[in-house]
Amino acid sequence: MFSEATLRKIDREVAKYPAAQKQSAVMAALAFAQDELGWLSQDAIAAVAAYLDMPAIAAYEVASFYNMYDLQPVGRYKLTVCTNLPCALSGGVHAADYLKQKLGIDFNETTADGRFTLKEGECMGACGDAPVILSNNKRMHCFMTPEEIDKLLEECK
Amino acid sequence: MALLEAINPLLSAGWQQGGHEWRLENDAGWRLKDYEARGGYQSLRKIIETSMSPDDVIAEVKKSVLRGRGGAGFPTGLKWSFMPKAAPEKYIVCNTDEGEPGTFKDRDIQRYDPHVIIEGMIIAAYAVGAGRGYNYIHGEIYELYQRFEDALDEARAAGYLGQNILGSGFNFDLFAHHGWGAYICGEESALLESIEGKKGQPRFKPPFPANVGLYGKPTTINNTESFASIPFIFRIGGEGFLNLGKPNNGGTKLFSVSGHVNRPGNFEVPMGTPFAKLLEMAGGMRGGRKLKAVIPGGSSAPVLPGDIMMDCTLDYDSIAKAGSMLGSGAVIVMDETTCMVKALERLAWFYYEESCGQCTPCREGTGWLYKVIHRIEHGQGKPEDLALLDRLTVNIMGRTICALGDAASMPVQSFIKHFRSEFEYHIEHKKCLVPPDVQRTGSTFYTRKMGQA
Repeated sequence: MFSEATLRKIDREVAKYPAAQKQSAVMAALAFAQDELGWLSQDAIAAVAAYLDMPAIAAYEVASFYNMYDLQPVGRYKLTVCTNLPCALSGGVHAADYLKQKLGIDFNETTADGRFTLKEGECMGACGDAPVILSNNKRMHCFMTPEEIDKLLEECK
Repeated sequence: MALLEAINPLLSAGWQQGGHEWRLENDAGWRLKDYEARGGYQSLRKIIETSMSPDDVIAEVKKSVLRGRGGAGFPTGLKWSFMPKAAPEKYIVCNTDEGEPGTFKDRDIQRYDPHVIIEGMIIAAYAVGAGRGYNYIHGEIYELYQRFEDALDEARAAGYLGQNILGSGFNFDLFAHHGWGAYICGEESALLESIEGKKGQPRFKPPFPANVGLYGKPTTINNTESFASIPFIFRIGGEGFLNLGKPNNGGTKLFSVSGHVNRPGNFEVPMGTPFAKLLEMAGGMRGGRKLKAVIPGGSSAPVLPGDIMMDCTLDYDSIAKAGSMLGSGAVIVMDETTCMVKALERLAWFYYEESCGQCTPCREGTGWLYKVIHRIEHGQGKPEDLALLDRLTVNIMGRTICALGDAASMPVQSFIKHFRSEFEYHIEHKKCLVPPDVQRTGSTFYTRKMGQA
């Protein structure tokens, strides 16, 4: 189900832990699987579990517990805006409102062209840089203004 | 990046080169050669070259009165001394799962000085006799997780990690592990579960991690800033570090200032610095508006009215006396445009979202707290709701495995205690005391320019 490149990345994670503790690599492995497939189907989760010699249900428990795993298909660009209190004081909620209006969708929705999914995030530990937008779980955009958001959307082809 | 006082050069030198810039690829100064140029890894060398014993190292950390920088304030040296000496397999774990709303200091340490964390962890491992360590890094800062992996490669290549470190005969391997979006993993036993590849649900304590930790083995787990303070302690001595702060509150500390200030950011100041000075360093109140309230130690700490806060100094004892907690040093500043009901509603939603669901009082109680505060905010509050909220918090606090239930309850109790009239106004008039157009002006989202607060 996964490419050789993904499997090698998972192997590198497995090597970080004692030999009897392969399961420790499940969080990273699920993230790599999500990178490759776009989201985590039950089959994908089961395949990760099989590769790490752990029960599928144990991997599913992890995938459903942590917020950044997507158990449903999402757009090519998943934008997550932190609206928690410290960010809200510096425009986090207003940035989210601006995105909703620009994209014509609410939180947890995807644009009709499949390009964007919008998510409401919890604390990313970057409150001093608010408003903060995380794109596809990995790239953090800080100090966002309306113009910067326009530019970001433009760059997301 | 805000301005820093460069008291601890190991901690802050890289930051000043960073300037006010959010693009990580432009960062300078985080690499091994830069860290070494400002005296990095000299503390580790000193410990090894002068043949300090592990007990000597722990004694020096105790002398510094470094208290855990993650929020609980437990003395770091004492924690290290709990590790059993004879155990053959022991672990060191760094908690960089920084997700307490208002806290963003560890992210900057990761960003500008990953090697200071590595050096601190090596010294800790030497002190407690651990052969392996993990740094658990908040999932949302994945770019800095990758940077930490690069820094680990540099440290391995230079012989600071691995076998026979600097010819000492001491072996230590260190790895990075990332989270993927769960506030609860900042709780140390949930974090250990997470490294084991499970959902992050806290464990019953005792036993404490020093006896039964990662993979059931003795484990010392400290906050990022605690580890980052260690090399500096050995540079200026435990007593020197203590004297930078005040008795029972050793050293300097990073304070993360967010909210309605002109220059949000991290500031390193000696423990015991007046809050008014920190506020001034953060550029003062945005738009010159009046200070209304401050949460001094991250969202879980009780809120304090502005005038009480202005009389506090920044140390564990002063803030505790005023009725709150220094916590992680996350100072959330709110001005007069803030609706306290709406502010509390957002925090209540956060704890409801992030409760792991293991204990009924927290799983159910955080939902109740949110629903009741939500209806007050939306004009459907009932006169008896404030008493209901109080009863809910009493039924949650002290009845759960970990502190998340208490963390959800303390904001509710303190917001109502200090701003009761605002909650009563909402219930009686079915609207906010602070008009919506005034509230809108607080964030300045639509008027500010790039890089401005």
